[in-house]
Amino acid sequence: MSAPMPEAELEALMARYQQGDANAAAELVTRLSPALHRFFMMRYVSRRYADDLLQETWLRIHEVRHTHRPGEPVLPWLYAIARNIRVDQYRKTQRQETREQQVERLPESAVVEQSRGPDLDALLGVLPESQREVVAMLKIAGMSLEEVARATRSSVGSVKQKAHRAYEKLREVLTAQGFN
Amino acid sequence: MDDNRIDEVLKQAGPVDAALLARVTASMSQSIAPVRPLASSLTLASALFAIASLYAATVASWIGMYGVRKMTAGAIALMFSLLAVITAVAAIHAVDEMIPGSVRRIASWQLLTLAILAFAAVDAVLFQDYSLGNFLPNGVACLKAGLETAAPVGVGAWLVLRRGFAVNPPSAGLAAGTLAGLAGVVMLELHCPDFRTPHIMIWHTAVIPVAALVGMGVASLRRR
Repeated sequence: MSAPMPEAELEALMARYQQGDANAAAELVTRLSPALHRFFMMRYVSRRYADDLLQETWLRIHEVRHTHRPGEPVLPWLYAIARNIRVDQYRKTQRQETREQQVERLPESAVVEQSRGPDLDALLGVLPESQREVVAMLKIAGMSLEEVARATRSSVGSVKQKAHRAYEKLREVLTAQGFN
Repeated sequence: MDDNRIDEVLKQAGPVDAALLARVTASMSQSIAPVRPLASSLTLASALFAIASLYAATVASWIGMYGVRKMTAGAIALMFSLLAVITAVAAIHAVDEMIPGSVRRIASWQLLTLAILAFAAVDAVLFQDYSLGNFLPNGVACLKAGLETAAPVGVGAWLVLRRGFAVNPPSAGLAAGTLAGLAGVVMLELHCPDFRTPHIMIWHTAVIPVAALVGMGVASLRRR
């Protein structure tokens, strides 16, 4: 996975994208998609489902790209839209009660493969949804506490608390599985 | 296990299907025309504030400013400065709700609660007549007039904010509805000469939550 992009570089790309530069759009998609995909995979184990959400997120971002204002951080804006897509999709699947809603759920307790090291999806499956998304934004997307607070429309204190609880839980699970 | 080890585990993210990214990029490239970023929050909030206050004042001057003529200078200063501050806060919040990733200063339900409590508190301080004559007919007339003022302000707010994107439509609707309700209250305070505490406390105040809930309902329906 590539390292998180510096904010100044992201903002410059975003500005070029808003000015109609297709290369900037392609670079944003390439650089930001792995973390976004992981963000979706944390809830929906089905890779195909995460692919659909990723695609839908980029199309929505494209539609509302004018709502990003120069000088504002890009990642909170982008993840706020990604959360919206995820919530909408979740509502739709709940409502429609189609087979697609039967997405394979993460196991309640983490199942880890001792030979390869802990499996990320299984490990994160032990966390409640709100903690999972905070961990994903902080550790996978490389966002700051303030940025996560913006994206999740909550306070920095609440983000800190969720991250702290998530780490406590992860430490407990990994230690119990023998990963010291 | 230390936190660094957990960080290492968390950073494992598999590659994304290159064909998927190519499809996304191609789809975006088809309509890559330049876009004009939204105006600044200050500009949008000022527009909302102007719509709410000017429309309320226009309606009140049209149907008669009997209320404000009957108020003392102190009451005018306290009542309208409070309404101006809450309306400004509501306008700023309504704009924040339409910009993804904006700083959250207050939740929409907190804004609504603040608006109701602050207005009710000023009412309790300024007016001490607790009689109830014609409570229902006068009250319903004021509620109706307040909501009739709020509705166009809600539409105006939507026009100003329509280029934005609400990540939480019910919350955005609640915020815009609160702003519209406050415009209704401003109009009633300028117009209504009935200064009895129960009348203002119940019927004038009610314009705010009713308009807010209508705003939330409309936004929720649009989400479906």
